[in-house]
Amino acid sequence: MYGGGYIFDEPNRNQLREEQQHDEPEKLAAFEERIAKGEKIEPGDWMPVEYRRQLIRLIEQHAHSEIIGALPEGTWITRAPGFKRKLALIAKVQDEIGHGQLLYNAAETLGKSREAMINDLLSGKSKYSNVFNYPAETWADVAVIGFLIDAAAIVNQVANAKGSYGPYCRALERICYEESFHLKQGHDAFIELATGTPAQKEMLQDALNRWWQPIMHFFGPPDKSSSHSEKLMQWKVKMASNDDMRNQFLESYVPKIWELGLTLPDPALRKNAETGRWEYTDPDWDEFFRVINGGGPCNMERLQVRKWAEEKGRWVRKALMKPTEKRVLPVA
Amino acid sequence: MSNDSLDPRVNRLKLGPAGEVVKVEEGENWNIYEVFHQEKRGAHHEHVGCVHAPDPQLALVFAKEQFARRKKCVNLWVVKSADILAFDVEDEDMFANNMEKTYRDASGFKVMEKINKFKQSK
Repeated sequence: MYGGGYIFDEPNRNQLREEQQHDEPEKLAAFEERIAKGEKIEPGDWMPVEYRRQLIRLIEQHAHSEIIGALPEGTWITRAPGFKRKLALIAKVQDEIGHGQLLYNAAETLGKSREAMINDLLSGKSKYSNVFNYPAETWADVAVIGFLIDAAAIVNQVANAKGSYGPYCRALERICYEESFHLKQGHDAFIELATGTPAQKEMLQDALNRWWQPIMHFFGPPDKSSSHSEKLMQWKVKMASNDDMRNQFLESYVPKIWELGLTLPDPALRKNAETGRWEYTDPDWDEFFRVINGGGPCNMERLQVRKWAEEKGRWVRKALMKPTEKRVLPVA
Repeated sequence: MSNDSLDPRVNRLKLGPAGEVVKVEEGENWNIYEVFHQEKRGAHHEHVGCVHAPDPQLALVFAKEQFARRKKCVNLWVVKSADILAFDVEDEDMFANNMEKTYRDASGFKVMEKINKFKQSK
């Protein structure tokens, strides 16, 4: 579901810039030529230190987002209205966990162990998509998440599936296939509320109002403030700018919201007929950074629940461990 | 942490204090198995990804859950990643095929031309 456009970066980038200078120029040229030709990079290939680092960061945070993203929706499995909605939600949450596994595997091919990634999640060093630091208060929140957050994630993932790293593209191909079901079932639940009783419409409108800002945050800060994406675009790690993805999302989905008679809490939101681009009020980016750094309503709960699961499941994992067995990274 | 989650299941857990340090040990997530998926009888088994598992039997169970919960599948194989021997990707050039090799190819043999020529000469 949930690859947000925004990849959190640790503040200290200078050290890595230095490492990057140690990449051998001929190998770098061959590597960049391969990408320019549209060829994929595979796990055993030579790659720049910075390419490897950025990919691990991107794929790992995408994986964490899948796992953490299952929590707010999982909350509603026991209270889903009706048997079909419950089955669909169980299937969706299972898919998200499966996506997390696929992505962890893709990141592992770059040399970071599953355990190291989980530890970085639990310690707060590695982030996940900011939208999951907000609570799913009503069933309408589940409909908004299933429709619009999944839609936003699809915009991002379809772009990334054309990236340069083979294992990540392969994982995304499978993920996007399953996402199409998530989006459809979300849209269906969304429409049911939008065309339902006055109380249902009101509940949906309320959820939409609360989720609009996190959704606008989803693709990350505006292009004018993001500093180092040029190289990532050339290496096909990042496939589209934050603003372009946000615009593509608005273009596809705002009409689908408006056609149901719902409103969005931004009076400035409109498509500029001349430029063809969407205009909107800048969401509160201070709030975005405050929440990503731990200040959101659910950050603590999400991580504490993950820690609980790791701790309580440890005895099972350890009982089955074979510490002397040879371990290697995934092959592909 | 205070129990004020929207999720009654979370409220029933005894969650640790905020900032609690939990660490997973290397190896705790077991070993890695590559998964091969057969879509229908008569088809090849194709590599689809991998799973973490403590032994081959559980790897099969996880592989079924991960790679066969939707689309058609009639069989799965799992192989420990460590047991796979592959060429180094950097040696890709050894597969380069720039010599004249049409003698290995059906397209290298043009029988119709000869047959037609023979028929016309009669």
